[in-house]
Amino acid sequence: MQFKLKYEGNWVESERVVSLPTGLWRFQKPVMKTGKCCQCGWCYIFCPTGSVHEKDGYFVVDLENCKGCGVCASVCPNYAIAMVKEAVE
Amino acid sequence: MKVEGAAKGEIKVCDGNRAAAYGVLLSKPNVVAIYPITPQTSLIEYLTEFKASGLLNAEIVEVEGEISAMGVAIGTSLAGGRTFTATSSMGLNFMFDTYFMASLSRVPVVMVNANRELSPAAVSAGQQDIMSVADTGWVHIHTEGCQEILDSIIMAYKLAEAPEVLLPVTVCYDGFYLSYLAEPIKIPSQEDVDRFLPQIPRPRLGLDPPMSGASTMIPEELTEARYKHQAALERAKSKIEEVDKEFAKLFGRSYGGLIEEYRMDDAEIALVSMGSHTGTARAAVDKKRQQGHQVGLIKVRVFRPFPWERLAEALRHKKAVGVIDRSICFGWNCGHLFHELQVTLHRTGFTTPTLDFIDGLGGGDVTMVHIERAIDITHDASRGKPFNELTWLALE
Repeated sequence: MQFKLKYEGNWVESERVVSLPTGLWRFQKPVMKTGKCCQCGWCYIFCPTGSVHEKDGYFVVDLENCKGCGVCASVCPNYAIAMVKEAVE
Repeated sequence: MKVEGAAKGEIKVCDGNRAAAYGVLLSKPNVVAIYPITPQTSLIEYLTEFKASGLLNAEIVEVEGEISAMGVAIGTSLAGGRTFTATSSMGLNFMFDTYFMASLSRVPVVMVNANRELSPAAVSAGQQDIMSVADTGWVHIHTEGCQEILDSIIMAYKLAEAPEVLLPVTVCYDGFYLSYLAEPIKIPSQEDVDRFLPQIPRPRLGLDPPMSGASTMIPEELTEARYKHQAALERAKSKIEEVDKEFAKLFGRSYGGLIEEYRMDDAEIALVSMGSHTGTARAAVDKKRQQGHQVGLIKVRVFRPFPWERLAEALRHKKAVGVIDRSICFGWNCGHLFHELQVTLHRTGFTTPTLDFIDGLGGGDVTMVHIERAIDITHDASRGKPFNELTWLALE
């Protein structure tokens, strides 16, 4: 018998839930256009999955959990985020 | 009304609901969440009375329905508390969603079900309600008398919280017959119960480490959880026997664990029964013994997990077996206990004639006359006389 769960029932350590890759079914991804960002942080505030992180005053997207919903692109006042289709093989 | 605490070894005249309330009081739950329904209502009244008089140190949550009652029980149990709830009949049906969730979440909730018929408007005894939720992964303990109700609730907490089990347990008693039947019972002392029920650490919601309980699972995880759940039910069988022995050592009362055998040693034919009418069946067996019939009785105490190994052992070499059922397994033309027994016989390769007797539906009495008739028919079958597999005793 091969087991993966540490506990009986559906108990999991919350750390594990956060680290699960949940963005695998994304068909488009946000791409930040350098030079256009005004550092307002709206993408960071509005991202429903918490996938936008701050880095040196600017913002980067963690694609592990990004679903490609495009909320960040639509709230960006400077049109600094482009939604780009994921490559299809 | 004056309420007295549970002094050492005190004897009180209690009905089933009050006996259950004492069982809960002694088990010291942190949270009690119940919605009233006949015939369980007075159980809540007793518990709130205990709380008002300062005996019961638990949070009593007045919920808006049974589904929330079980929701509160699950939530507080996930947080690490000892919780209690109780219901009956369509209250149990209304609870179904969260009832199933409780067992997969592996929360050691203890619940009481006062067995009652289901609609339309059947405010009467019967086991149809609890049978409709038999396959939800809970442990179901059926009781025969008020003392057994009290003792079973204390034993239920011991079983539910055991680290190798961690399953919710329902203590069932036939509504009306036991909920309102008053008899003298012995109230165990609080010190003894405290010694019997220590707090055992288990996974719970908290920050060290941060844990997620009752979470959604992917197919592989759910399959694994189901496998472990079923394995825990199997382990519960031996744990039930162990808890019963430990209880007997401390309190001097034993109920035989999974099943109780009554005058079975030299019996040629056996009667199988579950619930309040087992008392009547004992009297009927005694009477038939006096008339020279070699008849014995098996009381099934635990319906889930089904104690088929012990039943098979007890029924080995018997010439015929009669089952008394208080519910119908629709679509199989028999009662639930009989249905389970058929599987037991198939697994063990016995070809013993087995007969089913459905009686006591809608609050009807399972009378001495009916049980004696069941014994007579089973006796005839053991002598090779042709028999009907199913007899509706009240319709004969």
